[in-house]
Formats: sequence, C-alpha cells, structure tokens
Amino acid sequence: MKDTIYRSHVLICTGTGCVSSGAKTIKESLEEELAANDLSNEIKIVETGCHGFCEKGPIMIVYPEGVFYCELESNDVAEIVEEHLLKGRTVERLLFTEPMTEENIPSYQDIAFYKKQQRIALANCGQIDPEDINEYIALGGYEAAGKALSEMEPQEVVDTIKDSGLRGRGGGGFPTGLKWQFAKNSENDKKYLICNADEGDPGAFMDRSILEGDPHRIIEGMLVGAYAIGADEGYVYVRAEYPLAIKRLQKAIEDAEEYGLLGEDIFSSGFDFKLHIKKGAGAFVCGEETALMNSIEGKRGMPTPRPPYPAVSGLWGKPTNINNVETYANIPYIITEGAENFSAIGTEGSSGTKVFALTGKINNTGLVEVPMGTTLNEVIFEIGGGLGEGKKFKAVQTGGPSGGCLPEDYLDLPIDYDSLLDAGTMMGSGGMVVMDEDSCMVDVARFFLNFTQSESCGKCTPCREGTKRMLEILTRITEGEGKDGDIELLLELGEHIKSTSLCGLGQSAPNPVISTIRYFRDEYEAHIHDHNCPAGACTDLAGAYVIDEEACIGCGKCAKVCPVDAISGEIKSPFTIDADVCIACGACEPECPVDAISQG
Amino acid sequence: MKSLSELKELRNKVQKEMKKRDQGTRAEIIVGMGTCGIAAGARDILKAVLAEVEKRDLDVRVTQTGCIGMCEKEPLIDVKLPGKEKITYGNLSKADVQKIISEHVVNGNVVKDLVIARH
Repeated sequence: MKDTIYRSHVLICTGTGCVSSGAKTIKESLEEELAANDLSNEIKIVETGCHGFCEKGPIMIVYPEGVFYCELESNDVAEIVEEHLLKGRTVERLLFTEPMTEENIPSYQDIAFYKKQQRIALANCGQIDPEDINEYIALGGYEAAGKALSEMEPQEVVDTIKDSGLRGRGGGGFPTGLKWQFAKNSENDKKYLICNADEGDPGAFMDRSILEGDPHRIIEGMLVGAYAIGADEGYVYVRAEYPLAIKRLQKAIEDAEEYGLLGEDIFSSGFDFKLHIKKGAGAFVCGEETALMNSIEGKRGMPTPRPPYPAVSGLWGKPTNINNVETYANIPYIITEGAENFSAIGTEGSSGTKVFALTGKINNTGLVEVPMGTTLNEVIFEIGGGLGEGKKFKAVQTGGPSGGCLPEDYLDLPIDYDSLLDAGTMMGSGGMVVMDEDSCMVDVARFFLNFTQSESCGKCTPCREGTKRMLEILTRITEGEGKDGDIELLLELGEHIKSTSLCGLGQSAPNPVISTIRYFRDEYEAHIHDHNCPAGACTDLAGAYVIDEEACIGCGKCAKVCPVDAISGEIKSPFTIDADVCIACGACEPECPVDAISQG
Repeated sequence: MKSLSELKELRNKVQKEMKKRDQGTRAEIIVGMGTCGIAAGARDILKAVLAEVEKRDLDVRVTQTGCIGMCEKEPLIDVKLPGKEKITYGNLSKADVQKIISEHVVNGNVVKDLVIARH
C-alpha cells in the first residue's frame, strides 16, 4: 500500500469504449504532464471501468471536486493539468453540454444522463480501479460474502434471494431464488455454479462492462450463490472477444485467491470454492444454458432438451446453477442491504433495477441502470437526451434479436418483464435500440433476422430452414420484389418456428418480424404494393437523385463523390445525373454547396 | 480471509484513500492557486495544508481555486466547515496554516487576526 496520500484522484475510463476512442494516449499524456509539473506525488491516476457514457469518451473525472470531462483529446491534457490540477480552475470547454438545454455541467452527479439512474449492478463501475481488490473492499466489497458465509445458513441465503424478488437478468426473467432452491435441493457430492457472460446480443455490452469495471462483484455474487446451493467449483463463461474483461477477471480471481476469498475454508466457514474462466468462441447459441454447458465440456455448442434441467443434471451430469453476470452483480447488494430494501425498488413483479444498453439514433448512447417500472419515455428522452438532429421518434427495439419493436404509442409503458411481454417484445439482456423516422422497419426486422439466422446452430429444422426462408422473403420485400401474401406467410412461418424450436434462439428469432408486422404493417404493405420505402432507407426502392438545373452552379463536387460515375457535366454549367446508373446512395446530396440535389 | 472482522479491519485501512472520491458534505479547504497565488508561494501553502491534514488524519476535502481578485493578499485559503460561513484567510505563511487547521478546522474557532473576508 502507498504511504503517500494523494490530494487528488484523476479517474480515466479504460473500458473498451473509451480505449477505442483513445483513453490510453490520454493516460500517457497525463502521466507526462504530471511529471513535467512535478505533480506525480500529489495526484493519483486511476484507470477505471466503463462509466456508461461511451458516446462521450474518452472520459475523465477529477476528484475531490468530481468534475466530469469528456470527449478528450491528448492535447487537452496539458490544459487540464495546468488549469485544473495546478490552479484549480475548471476547464469549461471540456465539460459536458446537456443536449436539451445546452448548459455546461461540471459535476458528474448533475448530468441528466446520470441523475435519473439508480446504480446497483453498476455501482462501482467507473468509480474504482477494477484491478485493485483493495478499492473494492474499501467500498464495502466482500462484506456480503463474509456475512453470508459466517452468519447465515445456506437456506437463509436462498430465502433472502427469493424474498428479494430478483429475476434472471439474462433474458428469461426466471426467479433467481427459486433457481437456487432447485439446485440446493438436488442431493449430490459435487455441484457447479456457472456465470453466463456469453453476451451476444448486437449492441448489448452490460455484462462486459461489469466484468471490466467491477469484476470482484461477480466473484462475490458467485461466492454467495455457491455457498447457498453447496457448489465448490464454478465457471465464468466469457466470450473470447472480450479480452479486457477476461484479463481483469483473471487478475481479480488471482487477487481474491491471495486474500483467501476464493479457495479453501473461506471466512473459516469450512466452505471451499474454486473459480475458473472458460473462454467461449463467440457462438450466440452458447448463451443458451444447455449449449453453454456442452461448450464447457468441450462438445459442440448445441442445446439439449430440458428436462432434465441443469439444477438436476447439468455440467458433467452434476447439479448446476447458471445465472447471468448482471444477476450475480445484484447479489451482494441484496445480502448487505436486505431483501426488503431490494424489493422496494422497481415494480411488484419485477424488483430492483435493470441495466440497458442504449443505442441507435439517440443523443446519449451508453449504459444506463434504472429502477424497473421506469417508462420508455424517461429512458429515451430524459436519460438518453432524445433523438439527434431534431428527428422524430419512430420505434424502440428491446430485447436484442429476440425482442421486438414498439411504436410511439408505447412510450409511456413501464419497463418490466411482464409489460414488455404483453406488448409483444421482451426484456432480454437489456438492449435498447432507438429508431427515428429514417429507419425502415422492414429493414430493421431483416437485420435482426439475418443475425439469428446466421447464428442458428442448425439442430432444429424449423429454426435452421425457417429463419432462412423468412430472411429470403424479407430481403425480397426490401428489394421491391414483395408479393401478395408475403406478410401472411411470414407470420405463419414465424409462429411455427416459435412453437417448434428447442431453445430460446429459435423460439424468439421471429419476434422482430412479428412485432414489426404488428405495429408497422403499413410499411410492409407500402414496400410490397407500392414498391415504396416510406423511410427512404431501402435503396433498391428509392428513386434516383436529380439535380435542379437552375440552382446548380456547376462546381462538380457531386461528380467527384459519385461511386458509379452517374453524374456528368461541364464545370460552370449545370450537371446531370443519369437515372439509370444512379444507385441512390445519397453520397452526392451533402456535397452540394447550394442544396440543388434531391431525391426524385 | 479468516473472518468478517478481518475483512472490516482491512476495509478501514484501505478506505482512507477512497475518501477522495466521496462527494459527501465535509470540511473543505480551498487554496488560491491563480498566477498571483502561485507567485506568492501558494504551492508551499498547499503542500503545508496537505501535510497537516495528513498528519492529523483529518476528513477534509482540499481543493484549489483560481484568482479571486485579492492578489494583494495572496497566498490565501478559504475554510468552509459544513453549515458554517466560509472564511477567507490571507497573507499566509506555513506556520499560519498549522494554526488555522488546529484552531479553526479542528476546534471550530476562527483565527480572527488572519481573516480577510467572511462570506
């Protein structure tokens, strides 16, 4: 431990998002600048996990003031050191600007994006150095494990989780306490506990962020779970595409072993727990629990029929409990704060909070954690800062490729497991993609189906062949070749695939198609009958671009960017676009200095 | 880890450093670090404040501010105790810093002869 007490802590986010926007060079510049100003002994640089506000990365927070700087470049660092760290003056121009009010907000807590959030699973993400176990312990880490192992009976732990009302955060929403009870009830001398970190939904990254930003929380959650069900060995199944998460988790496991928080006779309770990491090769279907266990066993990642459920016969035929990363991340809070305090958050049927990965046509993309029952409106407009460029909201897609799209009428819908299901979509792992008026709903459905179709493991014919056929129909529609009866055929295929597939992948793959037909049938009809894409997104249906001859000044900028050489003309006289050659890509439109180009 | 109390002991030990990131209400000492302050020796004052806070193991947030317009009276510091008015002290030496911290921050008595402003 350091003897020096630093006067200031500078937190730099080194989650994957900020690293890719340049956080490492920011850190290097900061080190250089601190050394140059003789401040290295006064100011501590802390690398943290994701703050959730990836849109604004690289992010830096300066404590003790708690000033939040965003969208940094390495040449901003000298100014921060000189002005803020040396002279104590906040660098106004690097503060966050609220998109709705255009106000500069200096403090982390006052930004609308954070103000509305309630962080349990993400409580430490961005606040601590994930590679320093002491920082986790300083904020109360491992106290839940200590309490459970030394003061509670396993059944008491299971009852506490049951009473809390916690439901699986990976998508299914099955009550966690009940799942633990089944695994506990299975008599066997060997049991396993698995953490499912095979996060595969396009755009979802909450599991990765928790593992990168607060890996000890997962270890602690698993430790409590293993004690409750009587497992002495566990696996975290992480996809190999998450190298940083794996590295930090590996370090966390080693540190926990060194402190005796993993291993033998933990907290002198006589309870042993050994934890391994299993790297997955990135197949989407391996997020399904039986496929995941097959993959750990070294077999091909394919689902098997249930029953027997994993709680009875799971990994290597032994009773096994599987929960998602975010589910385990909630466990320490429930044990230390009590089941009642947890169930007081959220709604009656869905207690606690949920992390959402907010993406799409929205101002503040990133990771947000809100109490269950928060409305879509609050998440999209108050936290998300609304849609960009004054665009109009059209739909929100929840639940990833297994979920569905909801139109504007549903903006007041409270987000919880049951209301989303009733509306024809699902919670899933918490993806939330916002679409504006320029998004074509047929194209969106095609995008998600394309994903599930290529990720289908091929075991069940309805899923393997059915999704392929549905994708062909959707592609045809977006190319202007749609036929009468296509919509009915899609619905019929969808219902069959849902009811005859073995696992969740097939059972939910048609959801994006079915829900977009349910709420945006007119768009499908416009594609099929009028050969028109109302959103203007399907290029095959879009008309060629034309140049207004009277407005054209003959600068030739448009001709330079046209990828198919459809534009011709003499400099200083009007140019023309050959409608037969034009692919309606739209590249020329923004180039025109006098706005003479439009779509015909 | 052999017991819950061992964990809590470790926690108390490692917690001090993390207090820097605690945004709760507590005593605050603000050192004027404008060009005028730096020229008048504010860096030494800041170091003296930090050393004194560390020596006495106080729960105080130490921050800096820029020029407040009283360049003549630099180096200066503000002391703000929770719920009390902010006191500005000026023309400071390192010895004054020790006095201010022991008298004002610890005992709650304003060091009247060094005060240049009350807010």
